[in-house]
Amino acid sequence: MQKLLLLGDEAIAQAALDAGLSGIYAYPGTPSTEITEFVQNSKFAHENHIHSKWSTNEKTAMESALGMSYAGKRAMVCMKHVGLNVAADPFINSAITGANGGLIVVAADDPSMHSSQNEQDSRFFGKFALVPILEPSDQQEAYDMVHYGYEFSEKYKVPVLMRITTRLAHSRSGVIRKPEVRKQNELKMPSDLRQFVLLPNIARKRYKNLLKDHSAFIVESESSPFNKYTDGPDKSMGIIVCGIANNYLFENFADRVVPNPVLKIGQYPMPRALVERMADACDEILVIEDGYPVVEELIKGYLGRGLKVKGRLDGTLPRDGELNPNLVAVALGKQDTYGLPVPDLVVGRPPSLCSGCPHIDSYYALSETLSQLSNGRVFSDIGCYTLGALKPYEAINSCVDMGASITMAKGAADAGLVPAVAVIGDSTFTHSGMTGLLDAINDKSPITIMILDNGTTAMTGGQDSPGFGKIEEICKGLGVEESHIRILKPLKKYHEENVAIMKEELAYQGVSVIIPRRECIVAIDKRMRDKFKNK
Amino acid sequence: MKKDIILAGVGGQGIISIASIIGYAALEQGMFLKQSEVHGMSQRGGDVMSNLRISHNEIASDLIPFGQADMIISIEPLESLRYLPYLSGHGWVITNTRPFNNIPNYPDMNEIMNEIGKVPHHIALDADATAKETGSVKAANIVILGAATPFLGMDYGKIEDAIRFIFRKKGDKIIELNLNALKAGSDFANKHM
Repeated sequence: MQKLLLLGDEAIAQAALDAGLSGIYAYPGTPSTEITEFVQNSKFAHENHIHSKWSTNEKTAMESALGMSYAGKRAMVCMKHVGLNVAADPFINSAITGANGGLIVVAADDPSMHSSQNEQDSRFFGKFALVPILEPSDQQEAYDMVHYGYEFSEKYKVPVLMRITTRLAHSRSGVIRKPEVRKQNELKMPSDLRQFVLLPNIARKRYKNLLKDHSAFIVESESSPFNKYTDGPDKSMGIIVCGIANNYLFENFADRVVPNPVLKIGQYPMPRALVERMADACDEILVIEDGYPVVEELIKGYLGRGLKVKGRLDGTLPRDGELNPNLVAVALGKQDTYGLPVPDLVVGRPPSLCSGCPHIDSYYALSETLSQLSNGRVFSDIGCYTLGALKPYEAINSCVDMGASITMAKGAADAGLVPAVAVIGDSTFTHSGMTGLLDAINDKSPITIMILDNGTTAMTGGQDSPGFGKIEEICKGLGVEESHIRILKPLKKYHEENVAIMKEELAYQGVSVIIPRRECIVAIDKRMRDKFKNK
Repeated sequence: MKKDIILAGVGGQGIISIASIIGYAALEQGMFLKQSEVHGMSQRGGDVMSNLRISHNEIASDLIPFGQADMIISIEPLESLRYLPYLSGHGWVITNTRPFNNIPNYPDMNEIMNEIGKVPHHIALDADATAKETGSVKAANIVILGAATPFLGMDYGKIEDAIRFIFRKKGDKIIELNLNALKAGSDFANKHM
């Protein structure tokens, strides 16, 4: 069978389509975005009416996927790691309700924070929720695991978490598809119509059920094709590798033969018997895992014996950041390799707002408006406009999580910092800003909210913005006074006019919303090219 | 045969096209391939790099270890220096000399050229000028790819075939322009290696 050259993300999407997916739900977030886009661009998905429209945020995505699972069909929900924080409530509770149709939750972690504000490890969430976790080491395994994950999910009626990292998500390799495409499930109600009703007396039963199944999950892990114990003659040290770390280990052995016993983990809960086997056979254990020291901490605790465990916690590997073959080489006691040093003259080339970007004009106007006041009044959010923190703009003072601009500005205003300004993008506003705006309105907080409306979810590559064409109606509906919703065009030629409007609204002792509206320059470029292509 | 290649440039310069062409040629010869890309925020005018690994044997890591890359192919001179720690002792740097200056503190070009000159094995050419001479200003990345062809360990014709395939939907004219750009880069490298 011919190999397809696929990104890890694309392998997951292809597998889901081949495994009888009926709907995928997601909010864009690097490095998970391409999973959903692959389904959106699939002719097969269109022909078979597979849902793939973007959700407003990860919580709505998770809940919709759970609803599809309730109805007996196979669903997938995808997000970046911090998206799982947003979806945490339905995710944790979906473990208690359980699934009906197969349900896979894909969380894409970002060790080294290539494009994120932290490097949290989603395996903690999986363990917290007591659901099984799959962690592929390569693109082929990612493909195979989706099929396995759906079978598992339907066998135990439980959601399955699939944890990937940036390196796997955005790396291409050959993938062999299964020969047959599975049909979608028929609509089928849960056998117990109270399964999804988490009233305490039902939830308690469901939770006991989950705990009982959890023992079965461990047994499944111990015989899983993705957890493999390979013996080796050198018992001075056993090596546990999780997911993609497996590749960095084998990179260090040219013949791909490791002299030590190796336990490769791709499925959790931990395969306890296999870990015990290694602990019995070896003098010490080295744990190599990308992300947090999840497995390392676990086996230190549950082995309950004096065995030495090495990894990220004792400094054998760095505590933070993405792994690579060299770090693993050093951990194995091998010679490190290094080319020439980087010449001193090499300076950083950070990402920056594109030439012609509307945010540039918005920031210049805002900075001038605030120039007579003390610094540090602008609370911002997650998007391209976060780059406004860098030179030459240095126009914002916070970026924490989706939607935090409005609520932090409100809190600061409550504390007496008046005026306080929130800067948020249109897509981030509908993701998590609307509820905060309602808080501010109910409190008559003296804040000015700038909703930078470029009509798209720009930073992740220009996906549809869920509130497109509805932003001022949403603001009105939530209770912002119509006279304090100001729409302006962020262009250099309107600079003076825009500064004047901002000054007026900053002086207003209540909630005002300014909407600088101009299409993303990259989106225009793409639109024009598509238009040209179709001619 | 194995080649570990670092592709470097600035977001939007076309390093992914180079990777696709080499990748296609490698797959056509039954080789294994792993290619790690940069997506997301770093694409907004920041530095971008891609790890491309091709081999007749199965490849373990998606990342090339430091000190083990066979070549650095860069569409921008400053960027060719950023990844020198990856280069092996016998590795080649193939780089454009035309700067992409989108930062206020871009170093002095003479000093950059001086540093490139210190790399034991290197090919440096103004790919933008060469591309223009061959008839397509957009093909600077293909000129650089051409300059890398003597070091790829595969027949030149396989790369030509890959260009024909990758640009198949763009018409014969575009294919010809790119083949010319490839040839110009290759000629330069063969003269200066």
